[in-house]
This record gives sequence, structure tokens and C-alpha cells, in this order.
Amino acid sequence: MPESTDISFQHSTPLDPGRKAILVGASSGIGAALAHQLADQGYSLALLARRIDMLNSLCDEINQKAGKPLARAYPHDVCDYDTVPALLQTILADLGGVDLFIYNSGISLPAGLKKFDFDKDRRTLEVNFLGALAWLNPVAAMFQSLESGQIVGISSVAGERGRVGNPSYNASKAALTSYLEALRNRLTRFGVHVLTVKPGFVDTSLLAGAKKTFWVIPAEQAARDIWKAIRNHKQDIYTPARWRWVMLIIRNIPSFIFRKMVF
Amino acid sequence: MTKISFEDLQLVENFGHSLSLPSYYFKLEGLDDVKPVLKIAREEGLTINVRGAGRSYNDAALNAGGIILDLQAVNHILEWQPEIGLIRCEPGVTLKQLWQHVLPAGWWPPVVSGTMTTTLGGCLGMNIHGKNNYKAGTIGEHVLEFTALLPTGAEVTCSPQKNGDLFRAMVGGLGMLGIFTSITLQMKRMYSGLLEVKAWNVPDMKVHLDDIDAHKEEADYIVGWMDCTARGRALGRGQLHQANYLPEGEDLDSARTLQVDYQTLPSKFFGLVPKSILHYFMSPFMNNPGTRMVNTAKFLVGRNKTFRQSHASFHFLLDYVPDWELSYGRQGLIQHQSFLPKDAALQTWTEMLALSHRCSLPAYLGVTKRHRPDAFLLSHAVNGYSLAMDFKITSGNRSQLAAMLQEFDNLVLQAGGRFYFAKNSETRPETALAFLGQETITKFRALKKRCDPENLLASDLYRRVFECA
Repeated sequence: MPESTDISFQHSTPLDPGRKAILVGASSGIGAALAHQLADQGYSLALLARRIDMLNSLCDEINQKAGKPLARAYPHDVCDYDTVPALLQTILADLGGVDLFIYNSGISLPAGLKKFDFDKDRRTLEVNFLGALAWLNPVAAMFQSLESGQIVGISSVAGERGRVGNPSYNASKAALTSYLEALRNRLTRFGVHVLTVKPGFVDTSLLAGAKKTFWVIPAEQAARDIWKAIRNHKQDIYTPARWRWVMLIIRNIPSFIFRKMVF
Repeated sequence: MTKISFEDLQLVENFGHSLSLPSYYFKLEGLDDVKPVLKIAREEGLTINVRGAGRSYNDAALNAGGIILDLQAVNHILEWQPEIGLIRCEPGVTLKQLWQHVLPAGWWPPVVSGTMTTTLGGCLGMNIHGKNNYKAGTIGEHVLEFTALLPTGAEVTCSPQKNGDLFRAMVGGLGMLGIFTSITLQMKRMYSGLLEVKAWNVPDMKVHLDDIDAHKEEADYIVGWMDCTARGRALGRGQLHQANYLPEGEDLDSARTLQVDYQTLPSKFFGLVPKSILHYFMSPFMNNPGTRMVNTAKFLVGRNKTFRQSHASFHFLLDYVPDWELSYGRQGLIQHQSFLPKDAALQTWTEMLALSHRCSLPAYLGVTKRHRPDAFLLSHAVNGYSLAMDFKITSGNRSQLAAMLQEFDNLVLQAGGRFYFAKNSETRPETALAFLGQETITKFRALKKRCDPENLLASDLYRRVFECA
């Protein structure tokens, strides 16, 4: 197998048109699990992440399992906003098309219950939201022109209320959820499908050190739920699904109670 | 245009409606715009594929993730000398424009495809052949000269005598060496707008091929329809049509028959049904039992007959039912065309048809022609026959069809056959290497390097077959 940054994807032919996906934030957690899931479905994958070593091993693993070059690594920092259009152009040419785009990059940098830290907040917004905008704008323009395609944004249940514990994370995910909804409203008329994914607690590095977690699911389970939603063209999903009902309650807790809660 | 934008993207489809891929699509108004596009492609690291009418069944006119340069509007007839039948055209001129321009003066294009919608640039890039290939050769043999813009920026003039190597490589060069800017062709003198056509049934493959061969000397054109659903002793049965030019003085009404209006294909079937909706009525028959029934009926009602037919009606069968390819359904169709030496055709096609029956994947249309070799670099021609077969793609038959076509390719290669790059979608690099030979591919690559050192010109066909070989 060639180096994972130097793989030529299989060509589309009438009898094997293939499906192609770009996954931003693929090196670990839900991203890596989704990469495996999509590879199992036969997708050719452009996998992007900052941590190139992890990305390379993931590509090797996928390509060895598939027995053919399905995944190619593209080292990328989502905060390098200006490089995105050119990189998307390159990936489009390498893959020979894109059917599915997934933005999964996300960080959580809680400052502490009584602390405020602009640097951490800015970094959180840059990765979770501005990076998403930098990608979703050109991807939306691309799919709008092609009048086809699927966009998936991995947001969070955390975007539904502003909590004491992690204000900037909540704000970044709320912004992402809202932006994805707007994209859906814009693009549905062009035949483009937009899916918002709101995971609960998923066993990834994001959860490391977090207290008071429950119903923690493995990343693979989240990836399976997301794939099902992609396949069925859902608009938004919670994973696991019971979070939909939990969030229905949480969203409706009156503010005078919610502001006394500490989590 | 000064910059590429994602808003310029379009899904571009092949003629078989079996593949659509995204490209930055630019419709050029004039050849002056080509150089700026080359500059943008160079700056952006993108490739360009020049597209005419997009009538290739496969991926020849596609360029996933790159630029498509549509030259259909660059379609001026630059010079016409009716006294000697010499015409100079821009590459976007279609065969329809061409014959309509020259026929009233008593001329006809020496080689035409089964559709008149193709552009001359595309015809030259693929080096098309017609039903007279065994006599007239390919269209490239009637090109006196062409000018082309190379991606290096150089403008070249090529003819069989001048830059002969490049001439023989660019004709049939899949548009990968340069962009045709003008094409000078010699037309053929006609004394009538009619052809003398003879049709007769052939009961099996042997008679089918023998009859084509036996009539090739006397016929100006010969083409066969093969019922690819017929089995057993009827395998390879079909109907042959030969056509001959009328000699001078034979058509007393030539002033009328040479007019464009006389040639125009009727727009209604039986004078009643608009042809534009016919493909909806064909769709229900596009399955194994339906096609078998229609083919059997066509064979049984086929009678030996002689009649006169206009050039347009005889040549452009693919235009007879507009959008006929849509009758193959949402997944489209794929064509497999194989060229076999004269003595190998009977056995190889018998095996191929039998295999298609065993797989329950018969071709719904089969067309046979007679060929002769030519001197072009990426030549598909042989001293023998070709059989073009159309297969319907369904969501469930893709992998089985791919496996069967691979087996077809193996059988054709074993028999010393060749393939045509405008048609087949599944030709692999190793297949191209086997029939073209290493020397030819090395020569083509060397010319590619000389004319297009930055690899600015590319298509999905080129990447599929040549970049990996």
C-alpha cells in the first residue's frame, strides 16, 4: 500500500460509480468510528485531522481491512481557514466527486466553574464553530451548484442550554446547531440534505476528566446511529436516541430553576 | 472568467446516462477564451477536458473535479469551397451543420457517426468511423489539415505530411494532446440525396458475418443489426443493410433530393405520434422478455427489400428516436464494442453471446460493421468486424455485468481484438496495454509530455486507462 497521504482513489465507472465522503476531524473518537463505518459501506474517504500520525494509522487500518485504497489522509488544522477552499478543490479532484461531507472537529476546554478564560473560549469557538463555517460555506456552495449531496454536522446536546460548567462549548454547539438548521432551510430546495447530530455522552477524549457522566456510549455506537440517519436522510438525531426526550425536559426547565443547577 | 468558483460546478453526464461527475463547467464563446482558461487551470492545479456534444457512452467527455470546456458554441464554418468540396470548420461544428452546409452543393461528409449531433472536434478526438469504414477508413483519413492549440501555448498545424506523428496521435488522441482550433476536411461528391438501400435477413452468426464480407466490395456502406437475444441455431441472426451512392444521372430529381428539407427526419411516427415521446413507450420493453419479443418480431417481419432512402435517414439511426437512451431507465446503459480480426469474430462473438445468455444479461441492441486497419496511433480498427452491444444497467446487475464485460475483454484480447475508447466504459489499463502494445503507449506518453508537460488536459477516460498503465 502507498503512503496514506499519497493514495489514488478508485475511479468512478458506470458499473462502479462509488460513493465519496470528506470527514473533517477524523483521527479519533466519533470521527474515527465514522470513518470505519463509512469504509464498511464502501465509501472512498478523504480523512482530515491535525494529528497526522493517528490519521495515518487510521487510513492504514481501513485500507488493509478493505484490501484496496479507500481512505487517504489530509493533514489539516481547521483553524487554517484560508486554506480550506483550495484544499476542498484538491480533494474534489482527488476523490472525483463528493457525496457526503461530515464536520466532526470539536474540542471542549472548560475553564472551571468560577473562572473565565478568553483564550480557551476563543480556541473552542475557532475549532467548533469558525472551522465549521470555513468548511460548510464552500461545501454548501458546492452542493448547491451540484444540486445534490449530504452535509452532516456533529453538534451536541450541549448546544441546547447554556450551562454553568462550559459556557463557550455550549455557545459553540448552539451556534453550530443553528447554522446547520439555516443551511438545511437554504439547501433542501436544491436537493441537498443536512443532518444535525446531537450526541450525548460518548466515550471519547472529549469526555476525559468529565464528571457526572451517564449513559456513556462507545463511539462505534454513535457512528452506527449517525450512519443510519445518513442512510435514512434524517434531519437531526440524538445519539443515543433517548436524549431527545431528556433534552425536551431540559429545554423546558424554567430559568429560575436552571440557573440554580450546577452541571 | 478570471477565477474558479464552486458555483461553477455542475454534474456532467455521459451519453449513456450511467455516470455523472462534478466539474467546473465553462461554455466558451470563442477560441480566444481558451488561453485564459489554461492559465487558470495552471494556477489552480486543475485539469481541463474539452467537451463537444458529449455523445461518448463512457467517461471520455467527463472530468471529475476538473474543468470542462464546452466548445459547442465555437461552431463557425470558416471556409467552404463548393467547387472542390473542401471545408474548414471550427471544432464545435456538428455533423448536422456540416452535411446541411455541403449537401445542396452536391457533397456529403465522407465519414459520419450514427448520430449527427456530434461535433467535429469530438469526432476527430475519437477518430470516428461510419458504416463505410472498410472502404473510407476513419474520419481522420479525410482530414487534410488541422490547427491546434497545445497546452504549452504553442499553435501547431498538422497534416499527414506536416507534423505527421502529431497528426496521427491527435486524431484519436482523446483530446489529451491539444485543442483543435480548425479542421479542414475533404467532402465526398454526391449526385443524389438518396442512397440505394438493400435489406435482408441473416439467420445466424456465420451467415451474418459471411454476408457482410461478401457484399463489402459492392456496397458503399454496410451495417448489421444483430438480435443478441436469439439463442441456439439462431444465435447471431439479424438484418443487414447495404447502401450505395447513386451514380450521376440516376436520380432525375437530384435538385430536390439534395435539399436539406428533403433529408429532414420526420418528427412523427406513422405521421401521428410525436417521436419525442416514443422513448416512454419503449421503456416497458427494456427487459429480457420484452426485448426478446420485440427483436423476434423485428426479425420475423424483416423482408428482403430494396428501396431508396435519404442520406440522413440511412446514416443517423440514433437520431431517429430522440432521447432513445432514456428508455433504458434511471441507471442508464453501457456499450461494449469489440473489434475482431476477420477469422476470429465468429467463434469469439458466439462465445460472448452464449456467455451473456448464461448470465441472463443479453444485449438489447447489437450492431455489426466491417473495418479496415488504419495508421492512427491509438487505433481501434482491425481487418475484420466490430460488434457494439448495449446493456441496460440496473441497481442489481452492476457487479455481474462488470464481471461479464471483463470476461468479454479477455476473450477479445485472446482473439487479437481491439476496443474503441469512445464506447467502452470498463476498459482497464492492462487491456489497453495488451491491444495497443507498450511501444504505442510509450509513444503516446512521450507526445503527451511534449505537448502537455504539465498534464493540463485530462479526462476520466484518460485517468482510468492511461494514468495507471
